Amino acid sequence: MREKIRAMVESNLNIFNSGVQFSDDDNIFRKGFVDSLFAVQLIAYLEAEFGIKVANKDLDINNFHSVNKMVSFVERKRQEGTGGASR
Amino acid sequence: MKIELDDRQRRVVDEAGDFARTVLAPRARENEESGVFPRNVISQMGERGYLGATLPQAHGGLGLDPVAYGLLVAEIEKGDCSASRLLTVHLALVAEAIHKCGSESQIRKWLPRIARGETICAFGLTEPEHGSDAAGIQTAYTAHGSDFRINGRKRWITFSGIADLLLVMARNGEAVSAFLIERETPGVSVEPQKGLMAGRACHICEVILNDVIVGKENILGQAGQGFTYVANTALDHGRYSIAWGGVGLAEAALNAMVSYARTRKQFGQSIGSFQLVREMIAEAVVGVYAAKSLCWRAGEMRKAAAADAIIETTIAKHFSAGTAFRIACDAVQVHGGNGFTSEYPVERYMREAKVLEIIEGTSQIQQMMISMHGLRRFGRTHAHR
Repeated sequence: MREKIRAMVESNLNIFNSGVQFSDDDNIFRKGFVDSLFAVQLIAYLEAEFGIKVANKDLDINNFHSVNKMVSFVERKRQEGTGGASR
Repeated sequence: MKIELDDRQRRVVDEAGDFARTVLAPRARENEESGVFPRNVISQMGERGYLGATLPQAHGGLGLDPVAYGLLVAEIEKGDCSASRLLTVHLALVAEAIHKCGSESQIRKWLPRIARGETICAFGLTEPEHGSDAAGIQTAYTAHGSDFRINGRKRWITFSGIADLLLVMARNGEAVSAFLIERETPGVSVEPQKGLMAGRACHICEVILNDVIVGKENILGQAGQGFTYVANTALDHGRYSIAWGGVGLAEAALNAMVSYARTRKQFGQSIGSFQLVREMIAEAVVGVYAAKSLCWRAGEMRKAAAADAIIETTIAKHFSAGTAFRIACDAVQVHGGNGFTSEYPVERYMREAKVLEIIEGTSQIQQMMISMHGLRRFGRTHAHR
């Protein structure tokens, strides 16, 4: 899961200097690696790829601002049984 | 170019085409001149389900998929751009944002009324000093006990002149939140904007928010996440709607261009027989096909909830808006002097098409997004050849 999420983020980075690296803990929004529209794109990706449902109360950038946060979120949703709550 | 739909959705789209031809188109000019989009037409759109076309049937909508919705918008646009713009702001921008970001109680409260047209919605993001730089809005909210106090001014707010519910973005420091504000809330007022090139029947106003007090229950989505999730979700849906509006307007202009070229005679023959007129017709046909293809592709990706649906929608919107304007300009050209008069619809098409290159993100903002996509996705494996 981590590799898939990281690959998805990497393919959407707004940086073109090949020397720039980002870690799984980096806040990709604050560092300007992605734009805010990516937040909406990410929701669609996580739902489709991992079969979870992102509820209204989950729509907080703090759940998604780093690869590690995304992984934790998906794991939590899976433990909850796809997140249940509808949007 | 026929796009297959299931029987129910095909029927809805076909009936919308009839509605556009028989109800909308005959009044479009009159509406523009009076500056009023009639309530009884809005009621008819509500009764037919168009105002909730994409919403689930459980919430009173028609449950159209994205492709069917796009075709519906294109049909409505051919009849009256104002009606299409109503679908964009009321349904695509506001209702979809409530559907995607709203709480259960907000969804239950608003969506059925929106679908029936009992509640008309408008979207308040743009301000006098913040258009493309939407993240810089200055309309402010502060805590007021357990409620919020909102002050500011929004501009170019389509259908705000008759809206019952406003979705407004406001900031508190770095945080931007989205608020659902009922028009009758004390402190909310509107001032119609005059002298507009197009959208004259769209009740475009400035919205003034003067010490407007709303509760926590009026926040759409999470506090502080208004721009990231609510505005971006709304604008993505809005761009998709405008993209198909461009298809409809381009088709309308092409129809007018060809109809005129068939009947108008110069030098003893129909002007459609002249090669330079035919060039404009050929380019218009290609443009319509290409715009429709891009919109269709974006629609299929949205149907599949593909992550790239957002950028595909942006590409479709950018191309469709530009194509509609170019075809509408050529339609005026084919009409010659007659293209300048309100006896023919093409001058109106040209003005309305220009707006498509500005609303829901200017073409230049779309180009910024598309170029970023290009820089990310292309040229990685073929460098230095």
